[in-house]
Amino acid sequence: MDAPVTLITGTRIGIGRHLAEHYLRLGHRVVGCSRAPVDWTREGYNHYGTDVADEKGVKAMFSAIRRSYGRLDHLINNAGIASMNHSLLTPVSTVSAILATNAVGTFLLSREAAKLMKRKGYGRIVNFSSVAVPLKLAGEAAYVASKSAVVALTHVLAREFAEFGITVNCVGPGPLATNLIRSVPKQTIDRLLSLQAIPRMGTFDDVANTVDFFLRPESGFITGQTIYLGGV
Amino acid sequence: MPHHDDDMRQVVDLIIDNVNQLKNTQGLKAPAQLDSATALFGGDGFLDSMALVTLVVAVEQAIEEKFGTNVSLADPGAMSQEHSPYRTIGALADYALRRLRAA
Repeated sequence: MDAPVTLITGTRIGIGRHLAEHYLRLGHRVVGCSRAPVDWTREGYNHYGTDVADEKGVKAMFSAIRRSYGRLDHLINNAGIASMNHSLLTPVSTVSAILATNAVGTFLLSREAAKLMKRKGYGRIVNFSSVAVPLKLAGEAAYVASKSAVVALTHVLAREFAEFGITVNCVGPGPLATNLIRSVPKQTIDRLLSLQAIPRMGTFDDVANTVDFFLRPESGFITGQTIYLGGV
Repeated sequence: MPHHDDDMRQVVDLIIDNVNQLKNTQGLKAPAQLDSATALFGGDGFLDSMALVTLVVAVEQAIEEKFGTNVSLADPGAMSQEHSPYRTIGALADYALRRLRAA
C-alpha cells in the first residue's frame, strides 16, 4: 500500500480535525493524537490519546506507528494551546504549560518523526507558529514566546534534517474561528485583522492550502521557511 | 532472565551488526575488526557526528525490536563528555543496557 502516512497532532477539534479530514479525503493514511478523546471517527484514521509534551507517551505512539505502518511521510505539528493575559497576571504554571505543548511538543514529535522518516530518506514536517509572533502581540507573552520558539526550531531542524531528505517548514495563521480565540474580545480580533494586508479571518482551507504546498514531493527544495497568512 | 554478561554480549553484537549494516548501506568507513573496545566517537573514533546520530537511532530501533522496550540513547553530554557513552562500542552497550534496565 503506497498511500502516504500523515501524522497530525491535536486532531480532536479545530484546524487539526479539519486537516485530518482533508488528508483522508486525499487518500492519506492519517494518524492523529490529542490529550482528550475524540468524538469522531473515519475510515483510514487511527487515533492515539497522546499528550505531545509527554516523552514516554510520544515514543510509545511512534513505536506503534512503526509497527503498524513501517513508515511516516508527513508530520503536522498542529497541537497548540494559548492563554491571553497580561504577563503580570500570568502564573508561571501557565507559561510552562504553553511552552511544553507548543515548543517542547514540536521538538519531541519532530525528533521522533525524523528517526522514522530517515529510514526512507524522505519526510515533510510542518510546524505551526502564529501571526502573533511578527505582530508582537501584547497580552500573549507566553504564547508568542512559544510560537517564536517554533519558528527557531523550524530553522535549525531544517538544517539538521536536510541530509535525511526531510524538509521542515512552518505556517503562521492569523485568527481563525476556533476554540483558541473563543474568549478573545471581538474588538481585539478586529484590531488584529486590521494589521493584515488582507483584513479578514482565515479559513481552515487557507491553512490546508499552505500545508499542502509544504507537503508536496515537489517542495523538496523548500525548507526552514515560515509562511504567515493574511499578509502580515 | 539472562545473566548480565549475556545481555552485554547481546547488545555489543547488536551494535556491531548495526555498524556493519551502515558500512554496507551507507559506505561508513569502519575498522574491519569490531569489538567492545573499538572507539566510536571522539579521539580515535571512526564516526563523525552525523554517522553517530545515524548509528544511535539505528541501535535504539534495534533494541526495541530485540527486547521490545523503547529506550532513548540521547545524552545531554554526549558530544562533549570525556566519558561519553558513545566513546566505544562497549561504553554504548553499557549505556544502552542501563537504559534498558531503567525502562
